[in-house]
Parts: sequence; structure tokens; C-alpha cells
Amino acid sequence: MDNHGHTEHALEHAHADHHHEESFITKYIFSMDHKVIARQFLITAVFMALVGMVMSTLFRLQLGWPGQKFWLIEFLLGDKWGKDGIVDPNMYLALVTIHGTIMVFFLLTGGLSGTFSNLLIPYQVGARDMASGFLNMLSFWFFFVSSVVMLSSLFIEGGPASAGWTVYPPLSALPQAIPGSGLGMTLWLVSITLFVISALLGGLNYIITIFNLRTKGMSMTRMPLTVWAFLVTAILGVLSFPVLVSAVVLLLMDRSFGTSFYLSDIYIGGQALEQSGGSPILYQHLFWFLGHPEVYIVLLPALGIASEVISTNARKPIFGYRAMIGSILAIGFLSFIVWGHHMFITGMNPFLGSVFVFTTLLIAIPSAVKAFNYITTLWKGNIKFTPAMLFAIGLVSTFVTGGVTGIILADSALDVPVHDTYFVVGHFHIVMGLSAVLGMFAGVYHWFPKLFLRHMNKKMGYLHFWLTFICAYGVFFPMHFLGLAGVPRRYYTNSAFPMFDHLVNINVMISTFAIIGALAQFIFVFNFFYSIFRGTKSEKNPWHGNTLEWTTPMAHTHGNWPGALPVVYRWPYDYSKPGKQLDYVPQTVPLEEGEVDGGGH
Amino acid sequence: MIYAAIVLLIIAVAQLVRVFELASELKGEKSNEVTYKDHRNQGRMMFAFLIAFMLFFVWQVVKYKDAILPVAASVHGKDLDWLMWFNMGLITIVFVVINFLLFYFSYKYYSRPDSQATYLPHNNKLELIWTVVPAIVLAVIIILGLKMWNTITEPASKDAIVIQLYAKQFDWTARYAGKDSTLGHSNFKLIDGANALGIDTLDPHSMDDIVVHGELHIPVGRQVEFKINSRDVIHSAFMPHFRIQMNAVPGMTTSMHMTPSITTEEMRKRPEVIAQVKMINEIRAKKGEDPYEFNFLLLCNKICGASHSNMQMNVVVDTPEQYEAWLAKQKPFLAKK
Repeated sequence: MDNHGHTEHALEHAHADHHHEESFITKYIFSMDHKVIARQFLITAVFMALVGMVMSTLFRLQLGWPGQKFWLIEFLLGDKWGKDGIVDPNMYLALVTIHGTIMVFFLLTGGLSGTFSNLLIPYQVGARDMASGFLNMLSFWFFFVSSVVMLSSLFIEGGPASAGWTVYPPLSALPQAIPGSGLGMTLWLVSITLFVISALLGGLNYIITIFNLRTKGMSMTRMPLTVWAFLVTAILGVLSFPVLVSAVVLLLMDRSFGTSFYLSDIYIGGQALEQSGGSPILYQHLFWFLGHPEVYIVLLPALGIASEVISTNARKPIFGYRAMIGSILAIGFLSFIVWGHHMFITGMNPFLGSVFVFTTLLIAIPSAVKAFNYITTLWKGNIKFTPAMLFAIGLVSTFVTGGVTGIILADSALDVPVHDTYFVVGHFHIVMGLSAVLGMFAGVYHWFPKLFLRHMNKKMGYLHFWLTFICAYGVFFPMHFLGLAGVPRRYYTNSAFPMFDHLVNINVMISTFAIIGALAQFIFVFNFFYSIFRGTKSEKNPWHGNTLEWTTPMAHTHGNWPGALPVVYRWPYDYSKPGKQLDYVPQTVPLEEGEVDGGGH
Repeated sequence: MIYAAIVLLIIAVAQLVRVFELASELKGEKSNEVTYKDHRNQGRMMFAFLIAFMLFFVWQVVKYKDAILPVAASVHGKDLDWLMWFNMGLITIVFVVINFLLFYFSYKYYSRPDSQATYLPHNNKLELIWTVVPAIVLAVIIILGLKMWNTITEPASKDAIVIQLYAKQFDWTARYAGKDSTLGHSNFKLIDGANALGIDTLDPHSMDDIVVHGELHIPVGRQVEFKINSRDVIHSAFMPHFRIQMNAVPGMTTSMHMTPSITTEEMRKRPEVIAQVKMINEIRAKKGEDPYEFNFLLLCNKICGASHSNMQMNVVVDTPEQYEAWLAKQKPFLAKK
């Protein structure tokens, strides 16, 4: 770590420079401070999530009560897309597409990593800021512009992209096939390209910061599991997002310049197209080469947050710290060689399918290790139920409940009857969507004092958790039954023909839970903005945590620590260690003579 | 007007919260600090949730057990269902046990004024157990799954009936290979109003091909191989009752095969199907819709455009005699022309 002193010197220098009053613009808008950028990511993501959530409410209204008129639909979609209060079928597909895109990319990738990697990496490794504040700022602004481009596609003539969030060609390539594949699709592709630039700038920055700017004593095996999770997430993103760009650029070429990467033998709109020799399956391979690691890009930061929140609030060391690191690494590695399980029935060679069955089911092993380790961490703990802790426990539940149905879907033979049905929708919303959202909420409640120096209101937090958690299961659990009955996903209505008429009650129940759950999020939004300004002021280390962020003063000082950087002497999980006066020992406390570090690993 | 109302509502709620806060400050409570009372209450909530969650699960299983996995009407479908239930059983055990432990421990170990946590950083034996046990269980799952997968995907037998399923926005067309058991060539460039499949009329194999819209007939007990094509976007040929599904991809031919084991007539007489149809018809009668009669269906199961949700075709499973009689009535495509 030769260059460490040098960097620190440079930052001290920068720190000194910043004593002059910063203008509003450099401090809050074009800021290079990781804490401000984290807040910018968070607030942008909260806004995007609300848009995505309202969209889901609209299509849940249609699915629960098909053909019925709703004032809200006409109010939000206007006369063109919501005539007489009924969603137009093309708009329905656009809503599910943009809902998925926003939730996966803008909330759970940009929002989750952007907020917590930015906030916690410098804090928890003991750095004054990210390795490159400038790239970090660019990362946010690419994210912001990308969000604006995505939202702008809602207001154009043909409507936004509507080929599903995976935008499979030829549907996404041909405006003749669906109106959303006109300008809306172009904007989608531009937006995602900008988004990937943001993700790459962020990811490279996180990796470099973790490898180079750890403070003295912060060895890799003394890093909190949050940082480990952010590190592996960033590596996954840097390796897989460029592949998405290539998929997107080739699609753009097919659409705009008449190439045939994905198109062949197509007759549509009364004419045979010129393109020949391409394969739509190629797109799927490229897309899922990102798409599957993406699942873990979304999930790992949430699991990292859960590790930290559960250990702190159970007042116990995380059980099996090294096994947790090992399983993060194993999951990260395996996530690159399982993408084919999305493609069992595309006509892919069955033998190749078998290989993907094998690799996919292997992921269950590190996942099981993680689940058991969380539970053992709770066992004989002294559990403090802060709102964050509730969300973290909720995450473990959804991770397991959603994870086990993955065993069915990963098994190619069993995938056949449930592929692309509501079984899949239930599975991935619980294991990936809910787990990551609950993890993100846990993070917001837990680190709100570091983000905004205040606490969120606990009572509203409790209410928010229970309503969210109950409604979330109420929405997604019954979907497995719909799927096993054979109901396909992305159907505008299940009653175009009678086969599924007896299942309409399930959809009414799901939609009811969805609406209550959506309303409950306004408790959070209110609590969030109210607490930024009026929440009770937080003390320095409100949860009695061990990690370095709780040693910083309760002020947003540039450079994080006013004096020298802290020195680390121990792992971050010395909670309730025998022979200690307090039930926590911060990482900056030197080891006593004969004391073993790292829980004796 | 609406916006003004929303803004006013937010202000009102904010003031209300402020009043409560001031009130509790007057009483000398730090209203926002998490207390032992909270730990106890939330711990109990965890337990209550566990009970409610498990009841919700059982209630759904009881209520929907007849709707899920409708009667399998193909030979491999029965074996596949057995495997499905076997795996479902396994994952249900994992689901119940882990959720029980999670919420029960959360309840049991909520913080009391005098409680202390046990320092337990790791235990190699335990960790080895929950690495090895899942690995063994997964090995069983993988072996059974791949055996089934090989059965489903092995090449169709030579005497299978070959039927092309041709997808376009938003309907299915079926083409039977006819007496020569070979489908004639087709090419998307030959598509026109009268030749929606682009069949090559110069290919001798096309002579006896039979093109069918609206309803597809197959005989019970004989293997059927579907050759699947699409002429515009990706569709997916999904027949839930036969437990088969395969994408229709423009530019390539995919295939799937199965042997139907129950005729449409027999299905309509099965008690579980009668019960289901009765339920559906009660709902339809309330809405003033026509009564429904059971039919096997071919659905589209890959998002393909505005009418994706209404792209289906009836599949009729006949006795061999009925099938032959039906087939004899069909005119070859070229004769129709």
C-alpha cells in the first residue's frame, strides 16, 4: 500500500482547499463527495421507484378487474392510453416493460449500489472519499440523464418500449410488430446505454477504492461483509454490463441501419423483410450473459446490508464470516455460467441445457450456507428490533421462500410446464425483487443517521415494514398457484378465453394486496422526507456498531474524519465478546494481549 | 384542485405528527428511541407472522390444489408431474423449516433488559453439515431432473405424426405432413394472401400437406412431433395439459413431441374436470357469458404484441378411428388452391 500515504496526502490537500465556502451548486448538485452522491442516487431512485410502483398499480387494476373502468387509469394515462378508464393493451405491455426496467435497473442496480456502495465503501474501509470523485460524479449524472431519457419515453407518440423488460427481438426490433418498438424503443436503448456507462464508472471506482484506499490495518479479512458484497457486485457489473451494451448496440443497428444480427426470415406487415442470417437467440445469449449476473448485482448488496444489520442488531458476530465471504465469491463466480437456464425452451441444444441445469443448481449450495448462517446469527442473540432489523429478517425470509422455487425453474424438465408463467413472476419477484427492496429499506433505516444525521420515525417504520411485508407475500405467493395452473405471464387479461376463469379470484386478491402495499409506501416516503428535515437528531453511534462509519463525527465534513484516518485493529464483528465491558468493540480498539482477532477463524 | 388537496393533506399529516411528537416530549419520553417494549412487541409480531404465514400457505394449498397442475394428458406428463410433486415436497420442507427457524428465533431471542448474546463466531462442523447436506439433496434433484429431461428431448420416433405449428401475430396454423410423412419446403418469401405459410408448391412433398386453422386434431396413444416456426416475432407453443412448451423462433425450426394419453371426450367425463368446468360456468353465468366446454388448448406463451393474451388454438384428441375419419375429410393444401 505504497501509494496510500500519497493519496491521503493529496486528499488532505484537497480537504484543506475545501475550507472555503462551497456554493450550493458544487456542494449539492455537481458534488464529488461520496456522501452527497449517495444521497443523490437514493433520492433519484426513490422517485423512479414510485413511478415503477404506480405503473404496477395500474396493471394490477387491469388484471384484478379486467375491463372495469377506473378513474385513476384515465387520469394518469389520458384519453389515448386509458380511454374510459380501461388500459389499452399496448399500454399494458408498455407498463409491464417499463415497470420491470425501472425496478431492475434504476431502483435495484443504480439505486441500491449507487446509494450504499457510495456511502459505505469509503466510510467502512476508512477512506476520505472514492478513488475518483470526478468519475463518481459522472456516474451519478449519467444515471440521472439515463433516468430522464427513460421517463421521457413515456410521453411520446407511440408510447414507451413494450416488448417486455428483456426486449427480445424481433418484437423489439420491428415497429410494425408493436407500437412501442418505434421511438420508444430507441429511447430505451439509449437510456440503457447511458445507464451502463454510469454502472461501469461507479463499479470501477468501487473496485479501485476497495483495493487501494483501505486504511491501515484494514486487511481484506477485516472488511465488513457489506464491502465484500459491494466489491463482488462491482466486479460482476464491470464484467457483464459491457456485454449488455454490445447486445443493445447490435439491436440498435438492426433497427436503424438494416443489419441482420438478430433478424432472419421475417414476413410482417404484408412484406418479406430483407434481413437474413441473423438469430434472435443470439440476442438472448448476450442479454442473459448480463441478465443473470444482474440478478446477483441486485441481490448481493442487499445480502451484504442484511449481514451488517443482522449482526449489529442481534448483538452477535455474523456466523461463519469466512464462509459468508466464500459464498459471496462462489455465487459471483457461478452467476456467470448459468445464463442458459432462461433459455431451456428456445430450441437450444438439450445437452447444453443439461450443463446449465447443473451449474444453476450448484448456486443453491452457497445460498443455503448464507441462509443458515443468518439464522445461526439470530440463534441465542439479543435481538434489537429496530425497523432496519425487521427489514433484514424479512429479507432472509424472502431470500429463502423465493430461492427454493428456483430449484424447480432451474430443473429444465420441470421448467417446461411453468416457463413464462406466473410461477416465474412469483419466483423472481420474491427472491430478487423483494429481497433487494427489503435490503434497501433496511439500509435506509439503518444508515439514515449517516445519510441525513437524523433518525427516521420508528413507529412509521414498524407500520411500513409490516404492511409492506404482509402485502408483498400476499401479492407474490399466490402467483405460484396461478403459474402451476398454467397461466402465462404478460397476458393483458386471463379471461380472453374461459380456461382460467375459475382463477379470477386469485387475481382479485393479488391486486388488493398490491394496492394496499403500494399505499403503504407513502408512509415511507412521508417518513423519509419528513425525517430529513424534522427527524430526531442522531448520536454518533446510535446502534452501537463496530464499523468505521460510526467513528465519524455527526456532520457532513469533507474527508470524513477531521483528523488522521482511523487505524483498524480487529474484524468488525466483535459483538458480545466475552470479557469485554460493552457488548461491542469498535474496529479501532486495539487487541488486548493474547486476544484473538476474527472470532478465532 | 386534486394537487391542492394532496398538498393540504401532506401538510395536515405533518402537523399531526409534530403534535404527537411534542406531546410525547412533554411527557418526557424520547419517543423515537427503540425500547425494550418495542423489542418485545416486534418479537411477538414475528411469531404471529409465522403462524399467519403458514396458515396462509396451507389455506392456499387447500383452496387451489385442484386448479394447480391440471390433469396431465400425455404419457410423459404423468412422470413429469410425479417429479414436480417430489421436488415441490422437498422445497416445501425447506421453506417451512427455514421460515419457522427464522421467525421463531427472532421471537425467542428478542432483547430483554437482562439478556446477553452468546459469542459464537463460527462452528466448522455445523457449516460442513449445511454445505454437504444440500449438496447431496441437489445431486438427487439433478440426476432425476436430467433423466426426465433426456426423455423429453430425445429424438421423436420415426413413425410419429409430424405436424407443423406455424405462428404469426396473432394466431396459429397447423400443417400435417400428409401421406408421405414429410412436410414440403416453405419459404417466407413465398408468403402471400392465399399461402400464409409460404409453402413451396413446386416441392413434391407439399402435394399432400394439409393446412388447418382453428382446431388441431391428434389421435390418442400415438406420438406426435410438432415442428414449430414463426414468421414474424418469437412466440411460444404452450400446451399446459400435455406439459410441453417450445418457442417459435423466426429463422429456425424448433420441435417438441409427446404422446397424448386421454381423449378430449374422456377428459370431459373426468370428475375433476367436470367440477372445474362447473365452477367456471357459474362464474361465466354471473357475467352473462356463454357456457364453457372443456378443450385442450395451444397457447402463445411469449410476449408477441397487443393480442398476445388471445392467441390460442383448440387441440382435439380423438380416438384413432375418429382421427382417421377427420383426416379423410381434410383436403390437401394444393387441392384447395
